[in-house]
Amino acid sequence: MSNSEAAAIGLTHRGSEDTGLGQRGPQSKSIVVPYGFWLFVLSDMVLFSALFATYASLVHATDGGPVTSQLFDRTTVAIETLALLISSFICGLAMITAKRKNLLWTQIWLLLTGLTGFIFLLIELTEFVGMIRIGAGPQRSAFLSSFFTLVGCHGAHVTAGLMWIGTMMAQIWAKGFREDILRRLLCLSVFWHALDIIWVAIFTIVYLIGTLP
Amino acid sequence: MTEHDPEQLNVAPGAPHDSLFSETIAYVIGLALALLLTGLSFWVASTSALWGPGVAVGLVVLAIAQMGVHLVFFLHITSGPDNANNVLALAFGVLIVFLVMVGTIWIMAHLAANMGPMAEMMNLQTQH
Repeated sequence: MSNSEAAAIGLTHRGSEDTGLGQRGPQSKSIVVPYGFWLFVLSDMVLFSALFATYASLVHATDGGPVTSQLFDRTTVAIETLALLISSFICGLAMITAKRKNLLWTQIWLLLTGLTGFIFLLIELTEFVGMIRIGAGPQRSAFLSSFFTLVGCHGAHVTAGLMWIGTMMAQIWAKGFREDILRRLLCLSVFWHALDIIWVAIFTIVYLIGTLP
Repeated sequence: MTEHDPEQLNVAPGAPHDSLFSETIAYVIGLALALLLTGLSFWVASTSALWGPGVAVGLVVLAIAQMGVHLVFFLHITSGPDNANNVLALAFGVLIVFLVMVGTIWIMAHLAANMGPMAEMMNLQTQH
């Protein structure tokens, strides 16, 4: 076995060649940064799983107050779901045009992503205000506390995402499609798609199962 | 970031494909499948044609299917060798999410059911 062969299968500790990171050394930033962000997104899902577990434990603890089937409206939820799904889809289109460095279409798609996300948020806030107005606010019962925590946490994420979309539009405008800007854009799309995945769980567990006869 | 580069061992989550057509068609297929599964969920929840007690389980199955569609078509998490790190992280995340949710629901349901004679006072129903 020649020396170079032994090095290739990791049998030597010669010099500084063995970095412990394979033959090529660490991955490039365009891999490592979105991977780190992917780990954050997954830990965010763990956070949501705790909120889901809380909600499922407290959903019948209504303290004589309103119950799920009295509060939720399926038509509203269907429109909300549609808005967020289309937003997620358009975000994908923005990524396609950004990769090809098309400034105009990237800005248009990002704007539409933000607008559909904003529609989702408006419908959700209207629902919250309506519930609080009829005395079904978060302090009414354990069920409502956990409902506002779970759905409100998702809404807060969407709000943060909207601000991020605005920031990215400004950065693309001012700095162009630099390597680091594209990395941030990729992280944003991962974040936005993940929010839609969490919404799938919310509309199923909270709204659909909550309004079964 | 090309798919066919043999030097490329890893790919970032959400990283798009190579050609404009295959990228766009992936998102369109994803949207169509997601719309189909969402529509099916709302139909299953509204219809009376299905066996009542099974509906909730069916809805959960549909939701998990839709999450899979989002992961594959929107986040491009695949079973390819360049995706191993992303899939492993996802698998660990799913394990923790499963443990937290099933564990909590299981324990809390038994706790509520086993409260004994004090159930009327201590029942979760009367919690503020």
